[in-house]
Amino acid sequence: MTVALFEIINQPIDVEQVRQKVMNRNAGAITLFIGTVREITNGKKTLHLEYQAYPAMAIKMFEQIAKEIQEQWPEAIVAITHRVGRLDISDIAVVIAVSSPHRKVAYMANEYAIDRIKQIVPIWKKEHWEDGTEWIGDQLENIPYPQGKPVIREEERKA
Amino acid sequence: MINILLFAHLQELVGESQLKVELSDVTVAQLKEWLEKQYPQLSLQQIMTAVNEEFATDTTIVKSGDTIAFIPPISGG
Repeated sequence: MTVALFEIINQPIDVEQVRQKVMNRNAGAITLFIGTVREITNGKKTLHLEYQAYPAMAIKMFEQIAKEIQEQWPEAIVAITHRVGRLDISDIAVVIAVSSPHRKVAYMANEYAIDRIKQIVPIWKKEHWEDGTEWIGDQLENIPYPQGKPVIREEERKA
Repeated sequence: MINILLFAHLQELVGESQLKVELSDVTVAQLKEWLEKQYPQLSLQQIMTAVNEEFATDTTIVKSGDTIAFIPPISGG
């Protein structure tokens, strides 16, 4: 059975399982990014979060990110799991594992992956506060997109 | 028939996650306008779209059998 490198799940994420997906004999370094639910944002207390995804497209976008990583750092291997549904404070929302022969690439590719997730992967979070709820928009404040949609690297090259 | 997917606050405003409409060969912009007429509570101007799971623009043509997703600003990670 082949392992799915990219997953959207509605259960707690097993970090070790994601790490194992990128493990191989050429790896000299593995970086793990673990995104967790924060209690206080801009002075406001979060009670819990709710994540929603467009799973089929989200997986495609994870694959797109992996392709972009492959082009920049051919030796890097990436696996990403994002959780959806209700998450409490300190729960893990996303895990990104990157392996490579040397550490620098593993760090760079991992940071690249989380930056791109926040740009192109259709996943949304809803904040639940003591005084209400709200679906949170683009945290990067780069809306509206100048070209009407986020830049996919391939198109950037074609342009 | 065009299959429409709604997410996050759009889903809550319409009260449905999926709509099926008897339209074909319309641009994304036309479809946005049509939907805003059907659901005056919706504002789709700043909303991205994906046709068959690929990001699209306002000029992309949507045909019968296509799935169009309205994608509010994302906040994953």
